[in-house]
Amino acid sequence: MSLELRNIEKAFGKDTVLDGVSLTVARGETLVLFGPSGAGKTVLLRLIAGVIEPDAGAITIGGRDMDGVEPEDRGIGMAFQNFALFPHMDAFANIAAPLTARHQTKSAMRETVGAVARLLKIDHVLHHRPKELSNGQKQRTALARALAGQPSVLLLDDPLRNVDAKLRFEMRLELPRLLKDQGATVIYVTQDYKEAMALGHRIAVMAGGRIRQIGTPAEIYLSPADIEIARLFGDPVINLLDVRPERGSQGVQVRLSDQALAIDAGFAAAIGRDCVLGLRPEALRFVAEGSPGAIPVEVETETPLNEKTVTLALTLRGREIMVSRPAGTPGPDHGRAHVAVDAGHALLFDRASGARIDPAAPVTPSRKEAVA
Amino acid sequence: MHATPTIERILRGTAIALVCLFFMFPIAWIMLMSIQTNETILRVPPSVVFAPTFENYQALITGKLETAAGTLEINFMRNLWNSLLLSTSSVALGLVLGVPAAYAFARLKFRGSEDIAFTLLSFRFAPPLLVLLPLTIYFQQLGLANTYGGLIWVYQLIVLPLILWIVRGYFEDIPADIEYAYRIAGHGFWATFRRIALPLAGPGIAAAGLLAFIFAWNNFVFALVLASADKQPVTVGALAFVTASGIQYGQVAAGIVLSIAPTFALALYAQRYLVEGLSLGAVKG
Repeated sequence: MSLELRNIEKAFGKDTVLDGVSLTVARGETLVLFGPSGAGKTVLLRLIAGVIEPDAGAITIGGRDMDGVEPEDRGIGMAFQNFALFPHMDAFANIAAPLTARHQTKSAMRETVGAVARLLKIDHVLHHRPKELSNGQKQRTALARALAGQPSVLLLDDPLRNVDAKLRFEMRLELPRLLKDQGATVIYVTQDYKEAMALGHRIAVMAGGRIRQIGTPAEIYLSPADIEIARLFGDPVINLLDVRPERGSQGVQVRLSDQALAIDAGFAAAIGRDCVLGLRPEALRFVAEGSPGAIPVEVETETPLNEKTVTLALTLRGREIMVSRPAGTPGPDHGRAHVAVDAGHALLFDRASGARIDPAAPVTPSRKEAVA
Repeated sequence: MHATPTIERILRGTAIALVCLFFMFPIAWIMLMSIQTNETILRVPPSVVFAPTFENYQALITGKLETAAGTLEINFMRNLWNSLLLSTSSVALGLVLGVPAAYAFARLKFRGSEDIAFTLLSFRFAPPLLVLLPLTIYFQQLGLANTYGGLIWVYQLIVLPLILWIVRGYFEDIPADIEYAYRIAGHGFWATFRRIALPLAGPGIAAAGLLAFIFAWNNFVFALVLASADKQPVTVGALAFVTASGIQYGQVAAGIVLSIAPTFALALYAQRYLVEGLSLGAVKG
């Protein structure tokens, strides 16, 4: 079922936690809520689940207004970050909790619990109490409980946070298929950008009680709304260099280590303004001296990072930049080298506001007024 | 870890022995007294060598007290029954009223909830006599004086704050997410209270109930003022042993042994819960 939030506001005392959040999640879609802790993600989930009430705004599930609808009547499944298993019941009873509410027969219940437990590979520990389960098993039990009722809306609150790295990696691979089979509308909360990129059809980036950007993983990665979001997505982190665009021979250019770098002509509006140039490490590559646009750097260290190798280098002015290249390809590991920039992937941010400057937008100062 | 030095072991042993002696001696002495006659008890110097007799217990159970001045009718078994009835009903009522209230104080932070909870606790601050004088007058006007119902009502002053504050701490200890999870799974508010909150606070409720029972059992002054002989518990009933011809030490001792037996047994049986409940209730809240 589709889910819609309109202008949700919530404050605890004088603390504003959610400040006008609007969001639409299509039926069967997985939306990842991504953001630092304190951004209001968990509170938003709780509002959807109905265990707390919003101060203002409306929540609709499948077109039905949820105002005054009790949590048990919303048709939601939820997995909590701290698992929130019932300590006095065994894993079977925990998973069966959504089924006992519907007064199913014992055999139907056994069948459903057995199926979901087999799917999550916990069918051998069904008679264990939560305290006898490992963290991974607890996490799977919590997930199984959320899935067992076959809810139309599934809320997953950072379910992989408290499990070890190996299991997190496995689950990151398994979850998309699992969620797809379930067919539910999913809201998935995480602070891990890799999880967000791997699981979400769309990602909503939250900070300070607002949604800062919402889009597909590729959109968020390639066109982040501001510097902060650009920094949150990507490992190694994006290179950010202070620049001031100027008029050049081929349109707009910036100066990097005394080399002119032509950038998109759409950035003309930024000429003369203090900006920050964002360059993903993979938008940089090592080239031979004398190549066009080659920028001299001093290589500091090289770090192999699984499928890629990341090099930390210093520019002439002592600014640190990171260059990444596929593992196994040749590259300098010390001394003087040259780097070329793939200008097509350069991002430009306004230094004062942090907002990304969109080269495709109409280049008139009146644009802001038009939006306002 | 290295071995504890001998001197420390000896000191520790002595300290433990002293503490045991201090607390256990009165109980042991009372038990010895309860199987002696008044003559052997009042011997100077006292001696632990005597011919044991069960006539004190016999007198209590049959209700006929033989004194120098003749046979006296006493109603000790009736008192014992009253104690049991009053304490059990008070605790039962206290739990029925106090546990849901404790849940409300723990979970629903309504306006003035802290003040109300504190007011309930403050009933324990006032000396009981202060409450009793006006209460006596009201009870007589309302026809509640000398009724079990009236006594059970007054006993709520003792048991209710205790139950409320201990159980509240336990409810607060249950992560709210566990209850939310049960709600979201499709169960209503009351089902969640019954199947999640109550079982998880079970040890606390048991501890609070036990403590409240002991406090109710040991109460003296409420029943002394508000009840006449046929409704009085053992604590007040023991006064009957102060007779015209002197104090019947043997029967008093036997009466005490009989009256502490139920709480003693209960406390021994549920020691673990009691300590847990007290420490948790004390830290939280």
